Order: sequence, then C-alpha cells, then structure tokens
Amino acid sequence: MFYRESGDFKTSYAADQQTFPIRFDRWAIGLVCAFAFLVMPFLINDYWEKSVLLPFLVWAMAALGLNILTGYCGQVSLGTGGFMAVGAYASYKLTTSFPELNLFIVILLSGGVTATVGILFGLPSLRIKGFYLAVATLAAQFFLVWLFNKVPWFYNYSASGMITAPERTMLGIAISGPNSPPWATYLFCLVIVVFFAVIAKNLTRGRIGRSWMAIRDMDIAAEIIGVAPLKAKLSAFAISSFYIGVSGAMFFMVYLGAAEPTEAFGIDKSFLVLFMIIIGGLGSIFGSFVGAAFMTLMPVLFKNIMVGGLGWPTDLVSHIIFMLIGGLIMFFLIVEPHGLAQLWRVTKEKLRLWPFPH
Amino acid sequence: MMMQRQFGEAMLEVKNISLSFGGVKALTDISFDILEGEIRAIIGPNGAGKSSVLNVISGFYHPQEGEVWFRGKKRMGLKPHEVAKQGIARTFQNIALFKGMSTLDNLMTGRITHMKTNLFWQMLWKGPAEREEIEHREKVERIIDFLEIQSIRKTPVGRLPYGLQKRVELGRALAADSKLLLLDEPMAGMNLEEKEDMSRFILDVNDEFGTTIALIEHDMGVVMDLSDRVVVLDYGRKLADGTPDAVRSDQSVIDAYLGVSHD
Ligand SMILES: Nc1ncnc2c1ncn2[C@@H]1O[C@H](COP(=O)(O)OP(=O)(O)OP(=O)(O)O)[C@@H](O)[C@H]1O
Ligand SMILES: [Mg+2]
Repeated sequence: MFYRESGDFKTSYAADQQTFPIRFDRWAIGLVCAFAFLVMPFLINDYWEKSVLLPFLVWAMAALGLNILTGYCGQVSLGTGGFMAVGAYASYKLTTSFPELNLFIVILLSGGVTATVGILFGLPSLRIKGFYLAVATLAAQFFLVWLFNKVPWFYNYSASGMITAPERTMLGIAISGPNSPPWATYLFCLVIVVFFAVIAKNLTRGRIGRSWMAIRDMDIAAEIIGVAPLKAKLSAFAISSFYIGVSGAMFFMVYLGAAEPTEAFGIDKSFLVLFMIIIGGLGSIFGSFVGAAFMTLMPVLFKNIMVGGLGWPTDLVSHIIFMLIGGLIMFFLIVEPHGLAQLWRVTKEKLRLWPFPH
Repeated sequence: MMMQRQFGEAMLEVKNISLSFGGVKALTDISFDILEGEIRAIIGPNGAGKSSVLNVISGFYHPQEGEVWFRGKKRMGLKPHEVAKQGIARTFQNIALFKGMSTLDNLMTGRITHMKTNLFWQMLWKGPAEREEIEHREKVERIIDFLEIQSIRKTPVGRLPYGLQKRVELGRALAADSKLLLLDEPMAGMNLEEKEDMSRFILDVNDEFGTTIALIEHDMGVVMDLSDRVVVLDYGRKLADGTPDAVRSDQSVIDAYLGVSHD
C-alpha cells in the first residue's frame, strides 16, 4: 500500500488546506515537474515539440482560463477563440512596435490587453445569464475575428492579411521565429503555464475563488452574503481573458509563427477549449490539464495507431475521433459534470481507504 | 418567555412600506421595528407578504413607498451585498446553499465581507492570504462545533439531507458575524427533533452571541416559545404587533387564521 490518506492526519489548518494534502500527491507532482523541467528539454525533438508538447501547453493555458470563467464562475463563454486572437494580435503589435521588448513582457502585456477586452465583453453578464450569455460571447467571437480581418492596422497592412511572428531572442536564444530550438520554445511555454497554474490554484482556493463559485452556485445567496456580483463576474472575465490572451499569444508567437484569424482563431477553437474543460473537469485546475492533454494527445495517439499502425484511411480515423469526442462530451455532461478529474478523485478515494471500504 | 426581557434601542425600523409588483400589492403601509437583542417573529398566512418584508430589508426589493432605518440611519436603496456589509445576514425559505461547495467552503464564504487581502496576495497565497484564511477558518470551526456539523465539514452540501442543509445555511449566515439575522422559515419541512435542535440553536445564538433575530415561522408553538414580540401580516397589511400572548388573543389574528372573510 503506497497510496493512502489514513494515518496522514492534519494537525493544523494550514496543513489541511495545502495544495496537495496527500503526501503521495506531493511526490507525484514533484516528480512530474522535475521531469518536465529537467529531463524533457534533453529528450525533446521537433515532432514532440510541434505535435505534442507545445499544443498541450498552449491549450492547457486556454483551458485554465476558460475554467476560471465557466467552471468556477459559471459564466458560459463561446468567445475563447476570439480572445485568443486578441492575445495573438496584441503580441504581434507589441513585438513589431517595440522590437526590444522582452518576450515574457510581451506575453504578459498581451494577456493584459485581452483582460481589458474581456471585461468589456463581460459587461452583458451583469444582465444576462446562461444560454443568452453564451450567445453574446458568440457574438464577441465573430466580431473579434471580423475585426482582425477587416482593419489593416492590426496586421500592419501586410498584403496577405496574415501576421507573422518575428524572431525574438532571450539570453541569445531564439524563442520565436523559424530558428527557435524545440527545447527553448518548450521551456518558455512551460515556465509560463506552470507559473500561472499555481496562481490559478491560489486564486481559486481563497476569497476570490469562493466569490466566483458562490455566484456560480446560487447568485442571490452570494449577494446576500456580501459578494458583489459586478466585481465577481468582471474579475472572472478579466482573469480568464488574461489567461486566454496569454495562451493566444503563445499559440501565435511560439507555436504557429504565422496566423490568419479565421483559420487560427475560429469558433472551432472556442468549442475545443470548452470540450477540454468539460472532459477534464469543470471547476478543477488539474482537470484543465487533463482535458487539454486528452484533447491534444488522443487524436495524435489514434492517428499513430490507426493510420500508422493499422493502415486505416486518414479521414475514417478523423471521423472516429470526432464521434468519440462527441460521445464523451455527452457522457460527461450527463453522468459526470466534474469530468475526468472527478473520476480520478473518486478512484483515489476508493484507493485511499483500500482494502477497508469504511 | 416567562420573564420579560429587556432590550436596547430599535436596531431596524421599517416605516410605512408599500410594495407592489405590477398590479399586485404585496405590502401595504407596513411599519414595525426590531429591537436590539430581541427575537422578533413575523407570522401570517401564505402569501401574506412575510418573505417580501425580508426581501425589502435585505435589499432585493425596493418598495415604492416607505423607509428602512438601520441603527438610527435611513437606508437609501442599498443593494443586497451592501446590506450584508452593514451587518445583516439571512437564510432563505427555499434552501439557497452553494451546492457545489463543501460545508466548510459554504461557511467560509459566509465570512467574505470580513476578508480583506487583495488580488496580489491572493495570487501569492503564502503570507497574508494564508494567514487570513487560517484566522477565518478558526472562526468558522467554532460555528461548526456550535452547530455540531463536524462530520460533514468536507461534504459537498448538495449531498446532505434537507435538515442538515438548513443547518448549514444557518451556519453560513452565522459565519457572517452579523448584527441582525433574518431567518425565513428556518424549520419548514423539519421533523419534531430537528425543530427542537433548530430552536435551541436560535435561542443560543441570540443568547450567547447577542445577535438580534427576525424570523418567519408557521409553527405557532415554535413562535410562542422563541419570540419576544410578534408582528402579524395578512394580505400585505399589518394585523397585529405585540407579545406572543397579546397577539394570540387578538381577535383579528384569530379571524385571519381561521379564514374569516375581511370587511
Ligand atoms: N417577485 C415577485 N413578483 C411578483 N409578485 C411577487 C413577488 N414576490 C412576492 N410576490 C407576491 O407578493 C405576495 C406576498 O408574497 P410573499 O412571498 O412575501 O408571501 P409569504 O408571506 O412569504 O408567503 P409564504 O408563507 O407562502 O412564504 C404574494 O401575492 C406574491 O405572489
Ligand atoms: Mg415566504
């Protein structure tokens, strides 16, 4: 028996409310982080970078953002793609206008710009809820993509209408542009995602997180206990959009390198991230990672096995993947709204007390 | 009450409140006060306007006419969360807990008006945010002990049976450490034993913490046992106001409860 909580008694409130209350979890997460930071950079190659690790990190960041808004604060949004575009275009304008600006700063500022835009589009949430809010965010999605297509200033009047990430270095190593080594782009994104995951965890477990969840679960009771709905909802929109903006900026600057808004930031991206948090687990930081991993790795795995291994036609395999995701979404929405993270938690609870169920 | 208890000044005064929804008059010219330290009951038949009165006090409804005075000051169109900051907490007729959160988190949310650390420290967690969390956790644990709900501390409240949910909701209101506690039918749907427990909690809260309480209740036995003074509503009007004994023997109250027609 290695996995247990019995005998792992908490003697102080501080110990009781730490991030990973179970010792085994702390070790596991420590090992994963050590591997990700210390070992992976030496193993990584172009394929792993482009097909697995960068997409995973970018989408994990977006999923964290949407989970704050939808999973924690209960405000459904279909504008994720549009907000990612804001982050991407902000990073493009910033790097091209201020070539000297450090790439970390660019990414953070892009998040800040997106947060501002997010607050603006979050204003309707003070009046409308649920389905109608989803429709309003859908309007934001289409408006933003239209805007970036329509106004040449955003793409610096380039003839193609596309934006291209210029090469930017840190400590002499290229992070963006075609000459960036996989380990550098990977580490750059990893640092950002891990840092903001810790912040998301901290925000969601304290006063601010509770004010979001209170609004989500029962808004009139939240108000009566002293939560200002305006502050709670707009802060959720702002912070969520910040994360999604950072994700969009990384997506464009580090991963894609060149982008065209309709293609890169369409409505399909909004749904992709929504599916991630539904499958991974609404209202769970861990679930955001699980969902992002699942949605980015599963198609790669299936393609490798079915197309590469079994020799099935590519379009058949992508249909299979499509149906599988659809089925899973329905399963989780109906049976387990807290997603894979909750299934994992339940399994742990069982394991923890094993072999004595009571 | 056997002994006449002594109370302070009026904590809350409702003055000539009239409230209507479209054509429906929910309240007509209602005035009464709640004295510091007392347990005040609001009774009346279904649809009399009892919940509407609480909704006016807690800022959900804004009456077309009349004023609400709290601790000697006139209140001007406050929103519910501003009312909470002034020190008024309440429970709802239909349980309004945060279903996705644990008992502990529900109670911790009750302390939200007292928690101050800003966004920056919340992001950092270590330091002021964690210290504040522990400090409030200690207060909340005292309420958990008081209400004897230690064993369900970490249970998501959605999974709790009805009676316990009512108790957790009381706990959340208590966690706010308010001056005035409004309870909308805290014992509705409970069995005798649960009612006795809840009555004891209400008396203890009033007694030990000195909290002023206004409660709506249909069970006359409970009302007579708990309350210092009773205000009776019927069809949105005030029928009677006084000690339980006085109200019980009031002819208009007897008529209202027996369904004798008006006018
Ligand atoms: N938001 C609202 N919109 C329209 N009418 C309302 C609203 N709230 C209350 N009313 C009306 O006001 C009247 C008083 O309702 P209220 O809920 O205050 O009664 P109550 O005394 O609490 O009754 P009960 O014992 O059934 O809880 C009722 O006729 C009700 O239909
Ligand atoms: Mg009522």
